[in-house]
Amino acid sequence: MGNLSFDVAHLFAGSLVLVSFMLLYQDRMSGLINIFTAHAVILSFSVGWQAYIQHSPHLFVTAAIAIIFKAVMIPVSLQRIMERLRIHRDIEIIGGIGVTMLLGICLVALSLVVMLPATAAADPLAREDLAFALSVVLLGLLMMVTRRNAISQVIGFMSLENGLILAATGAKGMPLVVEISVAFSVLIAFIVIGIFLFRIRERFDTVDVQELDRVRGGRR
Amino acid sequence: MTPLTAALWSIGALLGVGGLAAALARGGDASRFIYCLCGVLCLILFGAAVVPRTAVALTATLPLGLPWIGAHFRLDVLSAFFLAVVNLGGAIASLYAIGYGAHEKHPSRILPFFPAFLAGMNLVLLADDAFSFLVAWEFMSLSSCALVLAHHHDAENRRAGFIYLIMASFGTLALLMAFGLLAGSVGGYSFSAIREATLGEYWKPGLALALTLLGAGSKAGLVPLHIWLPLAHPAAPSHVSALMSGVMTKVAVYGFVRVAFDLLGPPAFWWSMPLLTIGAITTVLGILSATIQSDLKKLLAYSTIENVGIIFVALGLALAFKANGMALPAALAFTAALLHVFNHSLFKSLLFFGAGAVLNATGERDIERLGGLIHSMPRTAFLFLGACVAISALPPLNGFVSEWLIFQAVLLSPSLPQWSLKLLVPAAGVALALSAALCAGCFVRAFGVAFLGRPRSITAKNARETDLWSLAAMSGLLALCLLAGLLPSYLIDTISPAARAFVGGHVPTQGDIPWMSIVPIAESRSSYNGLLVFIFILFSAFLSAWIVRLLGTHALRRGPAWDCGYPDPSPVTQYTGSSFAEPIRRALGHVAFVARDHLDMPPPGDTRPARFGVEIRDRVWDYVYSPIQMSVEFGADQLNKTHFLTIQGYLTLVFIALVSLLLVVAIWP
Repeated sequence: MGNLSFDVAHLFAGSLVLVSFMLLYQDRMSGLINIFTAHAVILSFSVGWQAYIQHSPHLFVTAAIAIIFKAVMIPVSLQRIMERLRIHRDIEIIGGIGVTMLLGICLVALSLVVMLPATAAADPLAREDLAFALSVVLLGLLMMVTRRNAISQVIGFMSLENGLILAATGAKGMPLVVEISVAFSVLIAFIVIGIFLFRIRERFDTVDVQELDRVRGGRR
Repeated sequence: MTPLTAALWSIGALLGVGGLAAALARGGDASRFIYCLCGVLCLILFGAAVVPRTAVALTATLPLGLPWIGAHFRLDVLSAFFLAVVNLGGAIASLYAIGYGAHEKHPSRILPFFPAFLAGMNLVLLADDAFSFLVAWEFMSLSSCALVLAHHHDAENRRAGFIYLIMASFGTLALLMAFGLLAGSVGGYSFSAIREATLGEYWKPGLALALTLLGAGSKAGLVPLHIWLPLAHPAAPSHVSALMSGVMTKVAVYGFVRVAFDLLGPPAFWWSMPLLTIGAITTVLGILSATIQSDLKKLLAYSTIENVGIIFVALGLALAFKANGMALPAALAFTAALLHVFNHSLFKSLLFFGAGAVLNATGERDIERLGGLIHSMPRTAFLFLGACVAISALPPLNGFVSEWLIFQAVLLSPSLPQWSLKLLVPAAGVALALSAALCAGCFVRAFGVAFLGRPRSITAKNARETDLWSLAAMSGLLALCLLAGLLPSYLIDTISPAARAFVGGHVPTQGDIPWMSIVPIAESRSSYNGLLVFIFILFSAFLSAWIVRLLGTHALRRGPAWDCGYPDPSPVTQYTGSSFAEPIRRALGHVAFVARDHLDMPPPGDTRPARFGVEIRDRVWDYVYSPIQMSVEFGADQLNKTHFLTIQGYLTLVFIALVSLLLVVAIWP
């Protein structure tokens, strides 16, 4: 049982990192949302498995929150937003996919190098989990940095937050209140960002953030 | 109730008076009431400082400040001495302000901060841990900065306040780092813990001393950290400039003495060298700059810089002697320094009060537009003259005593074992002698141009004598100057417990010596008797006056002013302050500043007059502050670009920061 539980947790966390990589190179808007849904589903599986092996039923609530909010509500509303903005068929131009992927690999290596020695005394399960979680966070950040479309940046932010949840559930004993408040804060951030997207669109006819910089008189 | 509790209650009351003033200041005649309260509280604090005659230190802990640590306060012989100096100055300044403050157009900008400033200074003196010391120090800086900015509509005053704020923050930063170094990694921030800890390594005490010198020196006005004084003192109202100049710089001296003589432990002989060097340079540059100033309050500010230099030279001597285990000379130098602290606080306050009275009467600070005030303001003129005599170190007034004692200590320097000190101390002594002479010249010029001759402007002609409150305050100060000059033995005896505690020796008790002489070392070496000198001066002056009246005519005549043979009655033909300072500017000016004469000669055929102009620039600004300013501006320009990044740019910055931090964690052994 010990080995199996470790392997399954490893599998889920590793898949989360893999899906993060998929997010990095996906340039179709609707495809991006689908992959994000997969990201959230895998996260909820991972959390559910943690709940099972840690015998902590409140983690099931977390998993349920992840499924309901992140795998259903947010993707559906993002899809609706995109349809209303008429960008769901757009293809975003991402420069240098190969370089981005290489950078992502380096980030995963970095997080392993940082995390494994830093948590030498901890439970091996938690160690692996934390390393993967840090990778997911860094990949989400990388995605926010490399994308120009506001929606892809939002998705990058959400995947980053998924990494945080992964880290939190891997470490035993995070109270449910924290989970719920994080989930709600993400939801609120999502709502705020959604409203802003519409306002931006109303003003500038685009959600390409470069247009905003042009209006602000930004320098490159 | 111990004196310390009384003092702490009075400080709390001063803060309360500040709050009361903020509430009352808008309505009518509050200023007189507030200044009265300040004066009474200062007197109580003065009493608390003077009453304990024992060398035992009183301590108290209040549950304020940092949690679990609290605020520690301590009243020992040193803080009692400085407490007396500060509160004597504060009480007399309050008395002066009862009259002077009535002319203030916006009392609400001054009244709340004046008691707060007094409270801040007192708290610095009583603080017994680094945290309360720094908080009080910063409180003192900020409240005085608010006072400097009282007349903030003038762009020059705003600049003065800004520069003062920068220098004050810099000083506090230096002190903060010094205390951090003193407390060490264990972090015992109370002074008793610092005293017990030894810094050990060779460079640490030196660095702590350098930081303290920077921190206290920037507040006291050591060159090159003096630039804020000549800007801030003219900007503040006169009673505040008197406090800042006469008293607050002394609080800075206290901070330095507390660290260098108490907290740092046994000194090394080379500690005295930066003190002697910087003190000597400060003395000469200060008085040279004072000599060429035409703004009366600026002149006084520069003269304060000179006196701070003198005090630091004396402290350096005390350190040198103390490091070599020579208790008596160390006590002599230390006593001289503290005595000069006291004396300077008296006559510098008096001078600023006089300048304030002149400013009120004429609206002028520029001595080139004054003149002849001795006719319209005879009492102020007499009191100002007395202060000029005192600051020029002429017997029988008090300035002479302390400077004479300092020279006595300088003369003991050949017995020092180190050759570097044997050479350096006489050089510092030469600088002191030079500055003493220049100081006399400077104040002859200040008094002569401002008060003698004929009025150079209408306002100077129509000046009125100042009010009775101000005159009372000034007369009190002059009386104290005279008393301190005639009976210095009691002051020296008052300081001797402090000397015993901080340099391990004391000057022989002076109170028992007949005829109130002072004999600092031995009868065979030197002695001074202010009383005899005073009696002799009085006697010979009256005698010669009597003989002159006996031989000459009794009629009082007023003739036309001698005008070099030209029948031009204009007062412009008088000898001006610039003319007086010109030889000194030519001969020594290049040391202190860049003085450039330029002649604007009209071409032939043009009938406009030729004009002489002098441009004076401070070398310190050119060589120290301009480069700093330029580099700060350059850095700000570079950083300003980050205000215009794209969203992605900012995200990238965050990303890079995060990744590099992680890299550091990964690579760090």
